[in-house]
Amino acid sequence: MTPVRIGFIPLIDCAGLVAAVGLGFADAEGLDVALTRETSWATLRDKLAVGAIDAAHLLAPIAVASKVGIGNPKPPFSALMSLSMNGNAISVSRALYGEMAESREFAAPDDLAGKGRAIAKVIAARKAAGAPRLTFAVVHPFSPHNYELRYVLGAAGIDPDEDVDLVVVPPPFVVDHLRGGLIDGFCVGAPWTSIGLQEGLTRVIAVKPQIWRFGPEKVLAVREDFAADREDVALRLIRAVKAGGAWADDPANRQRLAAMMAEPALLDMAADTIAGSLAGRVPLDDGPAETIADYVVFDRDGASFPWRSHALWFYSQMLRWGQVKHSAEAMRAAAGAYRPDLFRRAFAGTDVTLPGANAKVEGALAAPQPAGSTTGRLVLPRDGFFDGRIFDPDDVAGYASAFEVGKALR
Amino acid sequence: MRVLVIDETPLRASILEEGLREAGLEDVTILSETRLLMRQIVEIDPDVILIDLENPSRDVLESMFQVSRTVERPIGMFVDQSDAGMIERAVEAGVSTYIVDGLRKERVKAIVEMTVSRFNAFNRLKRELADTKRALADRTSIDRAKAILMRRHTIDEPAAYAMLRRAAMDQHQTIADVARALVSASQLLEKRP
Repeated sequence: MTPVRIGFIPLIDCAGLVAAVGLGFADAEGLDVALTRETSWATLRDKLAVGAIDAAHLLAPIAVASKVGIGNPKPPFSALMSLSMNGNAISVSRALYGEMAESREFAAPDDLAGKGRAIAKVIAARKAAGAPRLTFAVVHPFSPHNYELRYVLGAAGIDPDEDVDLVVVPPPFVVDHLRGGLIDGFCVGAPWTSIGLQEGLTRVIAVKPQIWRFGPEKVLAVREDFAADREDVALRLIRAVKAGGAWADDPANRQRLAAMMAEPALLDMAADTIAGSLAGRVPLDDGPAETIADYVVFDRDGASFPWRSHALWFYSQMLRWGQVKHSAEAMRAAAGAYRPDLFRRAFAGTDVTLPGANAKVEGALAAPQPAGSTTGRLVLPRDGFFDGRIFDPDDVAGYASAFEVGKALR
Repeated sequence: MRVLVIDETPLRASILEEGLREAGLEDVTILSETRLLMRQIVEIDPDVILIDLENPSRDVLESMFQVSRTVERPIGMFVDQSDAGMIERAVEAGVSTYIVDGLRKERVKAIVEMTVSRFNAFNRLKRELADTKRALADRTSIDRAKAILMRRHTIDEPAAYAMLRRAAMDQHQTIADVARALVSASQLLEKRP
């Protein structure tokens, strides 16, 4: 047995890892996996950087940033696979929701453009009244949460760096911060959205599938030199965790998965809360709880495949918000953070369905569509951004500079 | 040089503070409550920030690299690329360091080395305390197990201890483990259903 230490943050989207260990998929690959819980992304990243852990459940953009060489200097990471699609949501305080509703800019839960306009009106009204600015929290500067919130605000002509205060708050503290009036809204992952609702403090104004129908979230990351020197272990990890993700996707396994994840050493939360998040039972606006399709997805529909276009989309947003200076070299590095080559090698000669390409146009599919694959069985799910934009990985700079709000050079 | 220590463990923070003062650094602020970290850092305006690795507010701190609008002086993580060993030692000890731009690396390096050694000293202290507590608990269990055996078999204390030792050897367990199992089993047997 090969010992492997994997760090994780207590969130729903570490489910594939939990299942890989708990259901014996890691065992079957000859891996003796120890899951270690961490309290911050910075610590998870640093421990991975110095080799205190071998692999990490990581915010995808942190892996991309490490390879581009922005943020804290550190060795580059390799994203072996995606651990999850979706899972995030934007919540606001009930007070802010009330102000938004008064503007009558939106009627349907799906009208994100209208909700953006409503927030813009609140911002303008507050400015006119000399009231404090709205403050929103995200979990990390290099996080899908940051880019998703900015995407929604930006689409309404709101400059997230000028018109509101955007702060970082660790997920376990967001509900407390909102209660204390320190923030007016937040974009976090499951189950923290549900916990805000349980406390009766928030309204959910957007879930991830509404913003981007099928968008990447966490990756399984290792150090690039680990992927090179211990490739065999990396490939075994990919196989074990993909099997765990597939098991976790099955609704029939939800209760058992929730019970496993609820353990004190893992999420240390009520199994019911976890099960609710896994099922995607979330009320939108002031309506009743409904089941959100694809609220969080681990493996199915090509979800675990490390699409290079995902890495490049994150790069486009780093560019858009001035976190990185554009160069052909930086863009190549960003794409190289994701390792479809290793993923393919892990399943070479098996009947596992692998896509024919390493990148795809994002946001273009209005309906599920068959795609070229090794088995002919791959159907890509419905995909799209709420504002109808399409991301072509062959024109990253053009995409990044086409947004009205942003800092990318035109 | 103004040093800010962010640590939710008061004992460790005071051990570190003492070390900093011994090193001639008088301007030391300790923060244990980090709910308003951003605002507090702007007010304190430190040159060096030391934060324990397990502190969830590290992500808050790191976001300050991005939003220089809220802090007057940019803050960077202290990383001397030439000395990977030191970063490793710092992570192992459980501390991370941030410095404002422009500070001389050599001066900070001495502080970091000192912090690492103080954190390690604290970790040792904590381990020793845990060991002492465990030893005490073991002692109590063994004494109670011996008393049970002496009563049950009407034997003396050395004989009772020999029984425990033999059982421990046979079961590849520690004497304390066997004693704990015996005590809990006998509690169960004495209980009325």
